[in-house]
Parts: sequence; C-alpha cells; structure tokens
Amino acid sequence: MSLLTTNYLTPTGREEAWRFTPLNRLAGLHDGTSITGDRKSLGVRKALPPGVNISRVSAELVPSDSVSDDAITQRVQSEAADVFLVEVAPNHSLQEPIYLDRQRSGMDSAELSRVRINVGLHSQATVIVENVGNAILAEDVEIVLSPGATLTFITLQEWGPDSVHAARHHATVGADATFKSITVTVGGSLVRLLPRVDFSGPGSSAELVGVYFATAGQHFEHRMHVDHGVPRAKSRVNYKGALAGDKAHTVWIGDVYIRAAAEGTDTYELNRNLLLSDGARADSVPNLEIETGEIVGAGHASTTGRFDDEQLFYLMSRGIPMDQARRLVVRGFFSEIISQIHDEVIEERLMGRIDSELDKAGQQ
Amino acid sequence: MSTLEIRGLEVSVTTEKGPIEILKGVDLTIRSGETHAIMGPNGSGKSTLAYAIAGHPKYTITRGSLTLDGENLLEMKVDERAKAGLFLAMQYPVEVPGVSVSNFLRTAATALRGEAPKLRTWVGEVKSAMKALNMDASFSERNVNEGFSGGEKKRHEIMQLELLKPKIAILDETDSGLDVDALKIVSEGVNRAKEANDLGILLITHYTRILRYIKPDFVHVFANGHIVEEGGPELAEKLEEHGYVEYVNS
Repeated sequence: MSLLTTNYLTPTGREEAWRFTPLNRLAGLHDGTSITGDRKSLGVRKALPPGVNISRVSAELVPSDSVSDDAITQRVQSEAADVFLVEVAPNHSLQEPIYLDRQRSGMDSAELSRVRINVGLHSQATVIVENVGNAILAEDVEIVLSPGATLTFITLQEWGPDSVHAARHHATVGADATFKSITVTVGGSLVRLLPRVDFSGPGSSAELVGVYFATAGQHFEHRMHVDHGVPRAKSRVNYKGALAGDKAHTVWIGDVYIRAAAEGTDTYELNRNLLLSDGARADSVPNLEIETGEIVGAGHASTTGRFDDEQLFYLMSRGIPMDQARRLVVRGFFSEIISQIHDEVIEERLMGRIDSELDKAGQQ
Repeated sequence: MSTLEIRGLEVSVTTEKGPIEILKGVDLTIRSGETHAIMGPNGSGKSTLAYAIAGHPKYTITRGSLTLDGENLLEMKVDERAKAGLFLAMQYPVEVPGVSVSNFLRTAATALRGEAPKLRTWVGEVKSAMKALNMDASFSERNVNEGFSGGEKKRHEIMQLELLKPKIAILDETDSGLDVDALKIVSEGVNRAKEANDLGILLITHYTRILRYIKPDFVHVFANGHIVEEGGPELAEKLEEHGYVEYVNS
C-alpha cells in the first residue's frame, strides 16, 4: 500500500474538463489522496480464441502509446506497475469475442490499471469488458489498430451503487483500420469515461456509440475526443442517455477536431437524452473545431427531451397501460445501441437492468 | 351488442391564446354492426372528435357525455378505453423507434386479453392477418411505423383492428394517402373485421371514394364543430356532386 503523491496538476473543478465533475466523490483518484492497493481485478472470463495472447507485463516494457492531459490518466500511466496486454496476431479473424471482466473488485483500496490492446495487421476482433461489483478504479486503456485491422471494443459499466470509475479509452486507428466502441454505463456512483480516437493513417474510421442510464444521485460523464489529423478518415458518434430521479446527472461532451491535414474528413456526432423525471440534469455539449474546408461533411446534433406524448398515446390507445408504454419506449430508445452488441445473453441482461432502473425510478 | 353514445359533446384545446372550442355539441349513437360515415370539410373538427373519444390528453371535454355500453368513458384512461372495446385507426400513426411490430402487437394483445396469447396460435393469427392485408412476413420485425410508407401505416392500423377485435372502431381518414389498390385491400380488412366481430364503425373521411368499398348505413355531415345534416348512403352521393359549400357557408 502506498499513499499517492500529488505530482500532477490536481484539478480544482474550475477547469473546463472538470467543471461538471463532483470532485469530492472521486474517492481521491484525482488528487492523490486515494489509497492504492495492488489489486489486479481484470481477468479473462472465457477461453480465448486462437490468435490471441494475453499477459501481464512490467509497465516499462510497454510504454504508453499516447500522452494525456488528464490528471487521473497521467497518474495511472506513471504509477501502474504492470500492463494487462491483449495481443491479436496479424491476419486473424476471430470468430468469438475476447471476454474480459473485473470480478475481484473492492472498495477497500483504489486500483490503477493500465490495459493495452494491440490488433495486428488486417486482423478482426471483438473485446468485451464487463465491469461489475463495487470498486474504485482508475484505468487507462490504450488500443492500437494496425493498418487494415478491425476492432469492436465493448465496455459494460454494470457497477454496483458505490463504484467510482475514471477511465480513458484511447484508440490509435491505423490506415484503413476500422474501430468501433460500444459503451454502456448503467451502474456506479460516479463514472467518468474519456473515449479518445486518434487516426494515424488515411482511410481509417471510428464509430463511438453508447448508452447510459442515471438514476437518483448517480453521476455519469462521457467525454469523447476525436482527433482527425489524417486525410479521408470517417467518424461517427451516437450516445443515448436516460435520466430519472433526484440529482441524477449525466454529462456528454463530444469534441471533434479536424486539423488542416485532415482533408476529406467525414464526421457526425449525436447525443440524445431522455429526461424521465424532474430533478435530473443532462449536460450535452458538442464541439466541432475545423481547420480545413476540404471535407466531406461535419455535423452534430444534441437533443434533450421528455417522453413523446404522441408515442405514449399511440401505445395506450392499444390497451397498453402507461407504465408498460413508458417501458416499451425506453427499451426502444436504448435498443438501437444495445442490439449492436450482438450477444443475446448480454443484451437481455442489460435490458433487464434498464427495466429495473426504470422500476426504481418509478418508485421514487 | 354494444353501443357508443355521444351526447352534447363539447371539446376544446388549450393554445397559447387560451382555450379554443372545437366541438360544439355532438350527438351520435353507434351500435354494433352499424357503419356511420362522418364527412366534412377540413378543419370542421372530425379528427378532434376521433381523438377526444380515444382520450388524447390534448383535448379537454368541457361538456357532454361519452359512454360505451353505459360505462362512462370520460372517467377512463386511454388504455382503459381500449380495454372497454374502443379502437382508433389513426390518420398519422406514430413511430415508436426500437419497438418491433411483433413485440408491440403481443404486448397490446396481452393487455387487452388480460393474459399473454399462446405463442403458437398467436404467431399463426399474426401471420394470417398480415397475409390477408398483403403484407410481407418481414414486416413484424420492423419497428412500429418507422420508415413505413403511407400505405404500410394504414395496413398496419387495420391489421391491429383485425387482431385486437374491438367492439367499436373509429377510422380517422384511413383512406388518405392510399392508391386504389391499397384502398381496396384496407377496406376489405375493415369489412372482414366487421363481419367477424359485429363491429360498429365510425368512419371519418373527406372523400366519398372509400364509401364504394365500405358501405355506410348512416352518413353525417360535419361542419363547424357539429353535425349539420344526417341521412342514409344517398347523402354521400349528394356530397359527391355538390361538395360542402352549402354547409360551410350556412
């Protein structure tokens, strides 16, 4: 056990990147007052398909691939002792997903976890990370897609009610590579995720989709940053959230940066929030910064609204009671994203979780 | 034998400028097996009547009564009115993203029947209802009304009418946006539902075209928020010839 020192620029809450985050609920991850143990909660849940190698290696053998201005990420990068390394060999098309989970979590100490996923030249893979239980976790996941590679990266934040989870998911997407991330956040006290994409070669593409459902007192924050620095890359962002209950708070920030060199960029980002009760708050801020006019398209949209009365009327006019109609609409709202996971067991489990969150909200 | 009774119904909507009265005293009785056509110019309040009967929250009933077999519909929620035996085929059916037709239909049938229909017979029921309306089997996997053409939306409404078996159905401009072939298919569906369940029908339309396929027993001319003339099928023929001019200016 060691007490973290504050070598880093400790956030005060006034910074743009931290202005929405309740720092006092971060369990000291941001200012170094958290006690870190040597817990290594990440493990393999199912037998690995051929072409995959997973190991824990000493941190200095796998230096960080990318820099970050995020204090928690910096701390993880400099203090994590080892790296959970997932390697997909070149020219392998995996038939089954790689299932990882964090089962042996705990609140008695914080965990700083570095993860690296390397997908080899022209390989195809899906990685699913299931986060369950209660934990204080600071995480830096670096993903490197070699040219022509395809990766679907799925993280499920199905945390228990006390969890504090701050993570960066940083993908470097090579030429003609295809990256897709699916992020689901339905549990935890405070979850703050930073999905990042850097394109390292032309013709690459990234699709970031996600859902979140915050109920009373939960703070779920998702901050994308997509950096178009190469020609002809494509990015799509689509996050959908629902909120119910007093002081449920969600934050969605979508930063897209199109540099001068990124001619032929095609980008669109979308965030939709469904407010299911009073007292909840959804912040939604799309940002687009463009340094070249030679692009295919760039746009964004953000909506926050309540139930559509016409939808509820239509369903109820067929005999469906109000609470069931609301449930159908919420399920439908989320299924656009959830159905992209392509794992029936997980999809059913998540829909069940959404139902029970809705029930909980209905009783408040 | 069912009876929908509308007595002295006055309805208003709330606008930014305050409430506006739309229905100014409507009296109408519809019994099982009867087909009533309500015809009138645009803006006369025909659709308001349909939505007010179904219980749309936008409309406030300020006076009058509305009963189905003696039960006060005005005290019922929208879903309770459906359970009492009322059905509204909408002019503009609403999209419900992410909810499949099959899930929607089964949920509705379960709510109306009080228990989930047995899977095997239910699948057969849905299939034959779809086939009868010339709908592709893949239709049931699509999301409710999402990306449907105008004709598909109307077929979907009438498919529900056949599957959910109400006592009284209100068809709000079911003919609008349909070509002749689709109009025929949809009308046959309405006639089947009437035959099978002794359905009472309130058919709201602007044009006489649909009355060639669905024969009305009574025709009511609607203008300025109430019924201004009533008669048999011959009244529709008169409207076909002369239009609504005399009623609008009266």
